Amino acid sequence: MTTQSSWTTDPTAAEAAILTSLREPAPAGLAHATLVAVGLADDYALIESPVGPLRVAWNGRGVSAVESAVDDAAFESRFHARTGRQARRREALPVELARKIERRLAGDRHNRIDLDLRGSSDFEQAVWLKALEIPRGEVRPYGWIAAEIGRPKAVRAVGTALGHNPVPLIVPCHRVVRSDGTIGQYSLGGPENKRTILSNEGLDPDELEGLARAGIRFIGSDTTRIYCMPTCHDARRVTERHKLEFRSARAAAAAGYRPCRHCRPLAAAIA
Amino acid sequence: MMDDRAPGDAHLAACLASDLDGSFETLVLAHQDRLFTIAHRIGGDPLDAEELVQDAFVRAYRAIAGYPPERVRELRLRGWLTTILLNAGRNRLRVRRVPTVELAFEPGAEPEADPLARRDERDTWARLLGALSPAQRTAVVLRHVDGLSYAEIAEAVGRPEGTVKAHVHRGLTALRAALVAAEASEPTEHPRNPGRHEHRERREREEITA
Repeated sequence: MTTQSSWTTDPTAAEAAILTSLREPAPAGLAHATLVAVGLADDYALIESPVGPLRVAWNGRGVSAVESAVDDAAFESRFHARTGRQARRREALPVELARKIERRLAGDRHNRIDLDLRGSSDFEQAVWLKALEIPRGEVRPYGWIAAEIGRPKAVRAVGTALGHNPVPLIVPCHRVVRSDGTIGQYSLGGPENKRTILSNEGLDPDELEGLARAGIRFIGSDTTRIYCMPTCHDARRVTERHKLEFRSARAAAAAGYRPCRHCRPLAAAIA
Repeated sequence: MMDDRAPGDAHLAACLASDLDGSFETLVLAHQDRLFTIAHRIGGDPLDAEELVQDAFVRAYRAIAGYPPERVRELRLRGWLTTILLNAGRNRLRVRRVPTVELAFEPGAEPEADPLARRDERDTWARLLGALSPAQRTAVVLRHVDGLSYAEIAEAVGRPEGTVKAHVHRGLTALRAALVAAEASEPTEHPRNPGRHEHRERREREEITA
């Protein structure tokens, strides 16, 4: 041990006061940003869409909401009611996320967007994941989803689950229509928006409903002897000369046609 | 067993053990100021510090999420969070120094035209801290700015208590010497107790990692 003067670990009272005064408050946004990073709070910003401005919320786990609320206050209160979390308005989405969403809306299903779907049931998530498989410009009936996820009798529950989709457009619930071929309900601002979005993706909702009214559920090609859902990209390549219309899967099978492996029309037929 | 945890931390640890998501915000609000102070005073850059603190909290959240509740309940949060912060920032905190402060130590350096030199005592100390070796700066900040115990600091920096005490001692000594040197260039400001001069000694340049 050396002498006191050369072995000082305690500052004088005056020095201690100055050192303590170097404590400072954390910047105002730090706590919120931290909670967002771990998924206990969210940020949100506006994006443009075919149906007008939408509010998109996200946190460290993924995108947590897409809504067409009229204003920030309405969005924040609905978001809080659903998730129990605070959402704070930002100027814009993070650049990378904005780019991914833009690509997704343009039809690129293969760029991965993380989704925060906490609070939803396994059934709901199965329905939403299945809806993600429907390509841009095509539609499938509720019954198709029900059959594909192994719950063929749960058609009504599929409709309910799609109505609860927290991230419409990113999970394209607008591509799921009623089993009778009519467009059906839409959670993002009602059926008119659903028609607008489908038109924007290259579909003609009136034509679709016209086919349904005429009782036509499947399209076959007499060269391949395969039948499809009417919006399947394979069906749309069939020229008028080779096109056959079927009212049921049984009729198609009786004519010697097999179901398309892409759109899997049998699932829709069972329901 | 005696619980030497900071008041509130034992209760908070129990809350985190039973409901991480429900009490994590309380943890952030309780510790963000001290972690930010530590990161800023050691690292020197407020934006880096903000990023680092956020990073440390995210690491803490993930760690707690993976621990069994009984382990979370036993956490000494103050020291544990400090350890995480130092680990998260090890590379960034290590070598940073504030160059303008180095100039102030040079004997015969021209009087600073920098208006920084005329700022108050607090700013002067903050700048002088920036010129200490990383190990000394870390020890002084944790002991005398934040107020951690030597045992907590020893655990956080992964060194024996005696080494930490030596760093605090040398750090304080160097700070005093630097103050005297700074005053020598501006004799009218902050008149000091002349007894301090005996502490003046050549600052060693340690290459010790924090």
